Amino acid sequence: MTTGMLFALVGVVLFAMGVAGVILIGHLLRRILAFNVMGNGAFLVLVGLAQRNGTPDPVPQAMVLTGIVVAVAATALALALVRKLHALTGQLELPEHADD
Amino acid sequence: MTSHEFLLLAVLLSSLLPGLVIFALPESWVGVRTSLNLFGAVAKLGLVFLLLAGVYSGETYGFRLEVLPGLDLALKADALGLLFITLSAILWLFTTLYAIGYLEGAPHRSRFFGFFSLCVTATMGIAMAANLFTFFVFYELLTISTFPLVVHRGTDKAMKGGTIYLAYTLIGGTALLAGIVWLHHLLGQTEFAHAGIASALGQEYAGQLKIIFLLLIAGVGVKAAIVPLHGWLPQAMVAPAPVSALLHAVAVVKAGAFGIVRIVYEVYGVEFAHSLGLLLPLAIFAAVTIVWGSFRALFQDDLKKRLAFSTVSQVSYIALGIAMFGPIGTIGGLVHLVHQGVMKITLFFCAGNYAETLGIHKVSEMDGAGRRMPLTTLAFSIGALGMMGAPLTAGAVSKAWLSDGAASAGMDWAIWVLWTSSLLNAAYFLPILWRAWFRPAPVTWPEEHIPKRGWRETSLLLLLPPVVTAAATLAAGIFADAEVTPLAWAKLIAEREYIAAPLH
Amino acid sequence: MIDPLVWLILLPLAWATLAFLLGPGRGAWLAIAALLVQWCLAFVLAQKVGAGGTALTHAVGGWGAPLGIDLAVDGLSAAMLLLTQTVALPLAIYARSYFKQDPAGTWFWPLMGFLISGLNALFVSADLFNLYVTLELIGLAAVGLVAAGGGAQQLGAALRYLFAALLGSGAYLLGVALLYGAYGTVSIASLLPLVSDDAPRLVWIAGGLMVVGLMLKTALFPFHYWLPHAHGGAPAPVSALLSALVVKASFYLILRLWLGPLQPLLPTFAWLMALLGAGAIFWGSWQAIRAEKLKRLIAYSTVAQLGYLFLIFPLLAETVALKAGVMQVFAHGLAKAGMFAAAGVFIKATGHDTVAGLAGAVERMPVTLIAFGLAGMTLMGLPPSSGFLAKWQIIEAALAQGHWIIAVVALAGGLLAAVYVFRVLRQAFLLAPEGGTVAPVPRALEWSALALAVGSVVLGLRGVELMQLAGVGA
Repeated sequence: MTTGMLFALVGVVLFAMGVAGVILIGHLLRRILAFNVMGNGAFLVLVGLAQRNGTPDPVPQAMVLTGIVVAVAATALALALVRKLHALTGQLELPEHADD
Repeated sequence: MTSHEFLLLAVLLSSLLPGLVIFALPESWVGVRTSLNLFGAVAKLGLVFLLLAGVYSGETYGFRLEVLPGLDLALKADALGLLFITLSAILWLFTTLYAIGYLEGAPHRSRFFGFFSLCVTATMGIAMAANLFTFFVFYELLTISTFPLVVHRGTDKAMKGGTIYLAYTLIGGTALLAGIVWLHHLLGQTEFAHAGIASALGQEYAGQLKIIFLLLIAGVGVKAAIVPLHGWLPQAMVAPAPVSALLHAVAVVKAGAFGIVRIVYEVYGVEFAHSLGLLLPLAIFAAVTIVWGSFRALFQDDLKKRLAFSTVSQVSYIALGIAMFGPIGTIGGLVHLVHQGVMKITLFFCAGNYAETLGIHKVSEMDGAGRRMPLTTLAFSIGALGMMGAPLTAGAVSKAWLSDGAASAGMDWAIWVLWTSSLLNAAYFLPILWRAWFRPAPVTWPEEHIPKRGWRETSLLLLLPPVVTAAATLAAGIFADAEVTPLAWAKLIAEREYIAAPLH
Repeated sequence: MIDPLVWLILLPLAWATLAFLLGPGRGAWLAIAALLVQWCLAFVLAQKVGAGGTALTHAVGGWGAPLGIDLAVDGLSAAMLLLTQTVALPLAIYARSYFKQDPAGTWFWPLMGFLISGLNALFVSADLFNLYVTLELIGLAAVGLVAAGGGAQQLGAALRYLFAALLGSGAYLLGVALLYGAYGTVSIASLLPLVSDDAPRLVWIAGGLMVVGLMLKTALFPFHYWLPHAHGGAPAPVSALLSALVVKASFYLILRLWLGPLQPLLPTFAWLMALLGAGAIFWGSWQAIRAEKLKRLIAYSTVAQLGYLFLIFPLLAETVALKAGVMQVFAHGLAKAGMFAAAGVFIKATGHDTVAGLAGAVERMPVTLIAFGLAGMTLMGLPPSSGFLAKWQIIEAALAQGHWIIAVVALAGGLLAAVYVFRVLRQAFLLAPEGGTVAPVPRALEWSALALAVGSVVLGLRGVELMQLAGVGA
């Protein structure tokens, strides 16, 4: 097994853990962290799988860089929303829906 | 755009444009609204006479707009369509006059007349549709534009009636749509044509064509109130009287009956439909409806409900005539399309007059109404006698042609159906007439709104329309063989469109 | 030289930034003016694509694939661009009046600009990774818009939406990563000849991940759990933008993949898509029939209407199905925007968001009620409306290919839509309760709602050009 393949496999595991976290965790901060784990898993797969005759491929590296910027933006937005929610309700969990 | 194309559009626009303007008018602009209404109705009538003259002299009118590739919104004016157009245009004028009088001082008149005009526009579209697709477009438009009229009063009862009306018509519309798309898929087109278009498919498609026929007839049968699809009609009686008149005589049930005519003659072609064995089941359904409607009418104390069940019965005369294989039955059915409209609108105008003037809503309250409102009751009597098929009325002409048609098509049982219905008609109309003319009047009427002034028993706008339509009922019966009567036009249609050889 | 393609992306970015600097007052006018220009650009582009009959491409900065970013416009893209600008313009006029003296409107204009830019960019992107970026741009802007109201409920809905969107795009990204691993390219055009139905299992997994992620973002049943709260809880102009356009973006992308690189893999799943679509129609309609709140009803109606879009997947062998899909996207986009806009007027006037509170609306707000009714006609698929043409084409395509069950579902869906639409209309026709008053609403609100609804109906009278456009490059 090449190093790249190992990276990719670890990436898949991280991604799965992250997805489970985003779905299952109620605490919002931990949920945001889980999203970051998930994203990083995907990035690892992108970098790890793309090998050209043993040397790393530069294109996915550039993509991952872009992806990180997107993930940072998403994290920032999520944190801002959570802070506002915390200020309003004092909770770090999602409020129940008013009518369901 | 040629003048011929424009004439067809103008017939639509003459009610559409006034309708749209009326929506925007403030409630208090009574004068402007009334003038617009009357201007539209009169202008439409003028345009229709232009069309009549043109079609009589052999001109053809058509208009086409491509909606999707291979799918056209198409209008045409042919003899059959004009029969319906003329009927609607004339009756619309009188219904408008009547509605102006009926709703005097009532709230939400802008909304009422707006939808009223849309409703007539949709009816014109149905009459002028040159293919099933266009027919369907206007058919559904009619459903939508009549709903606000049915629920006009805004009460819970009105809502219930309106909801039942919608449930029936929208489900019917869905069946109709399914049939039309299916047919379009098989044929690639749905144009109305002489002798039909379905015969191009031949007998190997017989199974599919039978199912399509069922879907199409079920779709239009809802509006034509064929048993067991008639349940909405008595419920829709909560609407104001002019709306009932419109629903029963001019627009909705007629649209359904007219649809049956188009589908049998111009989609399937009468001979092909006969060869598929579709006419007999249609005739049986029509016959059951005729008897069942009359039978149910016997037990209604509510005057408008009794009239509603009477409509259920009478409209199926048209379907019965269509289902008779042969030109005479055709003429009977077509002429009844007009005659039923004129007679039934008379009855509804009168029922509205009783309710509006004296507060009479029930048959049991009719005692002595004839002395208080002689002209209205005279008109009512003529309409009722016409429905029974009494001599010298329009109804007699319809029934004679239908009976002859049944005999010539070898459907002798249908004659018995017609006789049974006539007897039942007499059984539910004559007690009303007897009460109105011969029973003493009560000390006070249930709710008298309009006092008697001289010879005018009620306001002029309410009195005039039923008197005119009652006179028309007599005229159509007495002068049936004159050159410009519904009967003559029905013969023209039968000659031109269905039978190559001339009659007699 | 002005290439409308690029300016459709840059212009909204520019006015979004400027609106941020100028504040909501002047920002609104700027947005409206710019959207007018964008509409013209989209129209010119559609004309060009329609007349040329082929797709147009643009290499950004002169760098072509594989290193640079390629933009491409075919009929489908051009139609989506046109729809986006057509819906956004009246909504901007609507929002300007809606958010006057409302703190919720402060960040509306910049966010709307980014959203539009993201949508336009998505419709012209020609590589899978760029599509990911635009998806995220749209998602983040949309979440910001949902949170604009600022209440705890809205923040909760926004966060739910955010997590759903991130999960969806995460799955999509993993799929892209796997595809890149397999083929070493993300360009749609280069992938097209490479993927075949004997592709390695990795590619199948990649395709599955991408489609499932996008289904989550499209809120296809049963992934719709986030939509009613997000769309039902946001301010009306935002709900309108989200329901009319945002969910269509991820649907567009599924369609793009289906017709493009993943074509050999996916027919296996076509019936699964249609099944979920049918589920969406029935479940969404049922929930809409039961909903007590007006905007919740409309949001569930979106769930149901999205179901129609997925009915076309088993039929895509013939282009008429694609055209039916485009017609449905237009019909729903225009009608749903109009309907949410009308609901916003009702809420502003009566002060509460319940179906029961609409009694008497026909007397007090006739223009808005007509807007609601016309939009409802389109959703029910009654003629003459674009919704009817969409339904007609779906049914005809279904019959032509012998899948009559799809026709039955489409017809039944129309009836169910009638139940919830007339539930509202019926309420509006009831007599007004005594003593209740309605606040006056600006005319611009009523008339822009009406314009959208009328648009959805008028398209039903003339769909030839749109259908011809949708067929270009298909």
